[in-house]
Amino acid sequence: MKLKLKIWRQKNPKSKGKMVDYNVSEISKDMSFLEMLDVLNESLNNKGEEPIAFDHDCREGICGMCSLYINGEAHGPSRAVTTCQLHMREFSNGDTIYIEPWRAKAFPVVKDLVVDRSAFDRIIQAGGYVSVNTSGNTIDANAVPVPKVDADEAFDAATCIGCGACVATCKNSSAMLFTSAKISQLSLLPQGQVERERRVLNMVKQMDAEGFGNCTNTGACEVECPKEISLENIARMNREHIAASIKSKS
Amino acid sequence: MSITGLFLCLFLIGHLLGNLQLLLPAEKAQLSFNEYAKFMTTFPLVKLLSYLTYFSILFHAVDGILLTIQNRKARPVKYAYNKPSANSSWASRNMALLGFILLFFLVIHMKSFWYEMHFGNVPIDKQAFSELLSKGLSTEKALEEAPKDLYTITSKAFENIFYVLFYVISLAAISLHLFHGLSSAFKSIGLSNPKYNTALKIFAVSFSLVVPILFISIPITIYIRSIL
Repeated sequence: MKLKLKIWRQKNPKSKGKMVDYNVSEISKDMSFLEMLDVLNESLNNKGEEPIAFDHDCREGICGMCSLYINGEAHGPSRAVTTCQLHMREFSNGDTIYIEPWRAKAFPVVKDLVVDRSAFDRIIQAGGYVSVNTSGNTIDANAVPVPKVDADEAFDAATCIGCGACVATCKNSSAMLFTSAKISQLSLLPQGQVERERRVLNMVKQMDAEGFGNCTNTGACEVECPKEISLENIARMNREHIAASIKSKS
Repeated sequence: MSITGLFLCLFLIGHLLGNLQLLLPAEKAQLSFNEYAKFMTTFPLVKLLSYLTYFSILFHAVDGILLTIQNRKARPVKYAYNKPSANSSWASRNMALLGFILLFFLVIHMKSFWYEMHFGNVPIDKQAFSELLSKGLSTEKALEEAPKDLYTITSKAFENIFYVLFYVISLAAISLHLFHGLSSAFKSIGLSNPKYNTALKIFAVSFSLVVPILFISIPITIYIRSIL
């Protein structure tokens, strides 16, 4: 099929970007969205033009590297998929497709469609870890009993791949879904109890410091999340934050 | 936002219950509504609650504006093409806009009734005045005791079709604001659990429909009575 593409081009973080029109043809319905971009880049290369920079890695929907705001939605029109798992069969011959980078102050554009998501790393560094006994008598993780319900909920939260679709789709560019998933996965488990209060306070503080917006519970993040992380995590984080603020000594 | 919002929901219930007296037969409504209005402006505990309400409204508005500014700053470059309707309700995305409509409504609404009652020249309720006289009170004492006739002010206001329309549109905005705000407030204070989320949602949606509809029923009834 043939497609018209409108793609954001930006040379570097400081330059002013703009939407540029491209035409692609001979696109198979079985291609992934990224393969379609590969085809376009191949033709740009052949013409001696600068190919379009976009993030990608595993192309299996599990690494969280690919992004792209496609036709007004994070990771495109399909649900519970990353851009690499979005297939061209979701589009029709002759369609116009808008492709933009994640838009958030905390995710500055590096080049074209690539954004800097290291703000997420700094949130994790602020508290996304657990204490482990390293004195020689390390306890096997399975030796600590965990209720099935808690294990399931923690696992669901842990499926977050940190792609940033929640921030991209949120009208406030809020990182609450990401942060709450990371807090939940640790706070629900016995191993995460030592830092429980400090974790939520520090991670939320870092999240605010990065310049993300506030959560107004529109629920857009939950809908667009490729891993279907539940809004329930945000409510849990709010609960934890209120409790920790009351209890904490510093 | 959530605490003041939830408190203002409680205020709405109280305000509605008081206003529903306006639906009583005219003479009875005049006596009981004016008596109620006097009670609401003089009883100390109610005074305290009213200050809490003024504070909540101001805090809710100012905090809302500050958060909206912060949220807008979090995305300096907008999307060329965005399709938010695919993942969220209109009301949830336009709480600030709805809030501004409500703020505008509140200014007009408080000028019409609250300001008149507190600082304006509202005549006294003649019916209550003559009843007090017949009870043997002196004219001076009866003048002092008789409540102001807010009922007539209210009825007159709602005989104007444009004022009724303005009221109906504003309450539709309240309905949308509550539709998202109430369930959002619960989530913000961490009150969310799949076990009772459906019940919470049903409560929030019913509240956002029933309360504004009952409020609207008052001016519409008064208007229909006035043209009959």
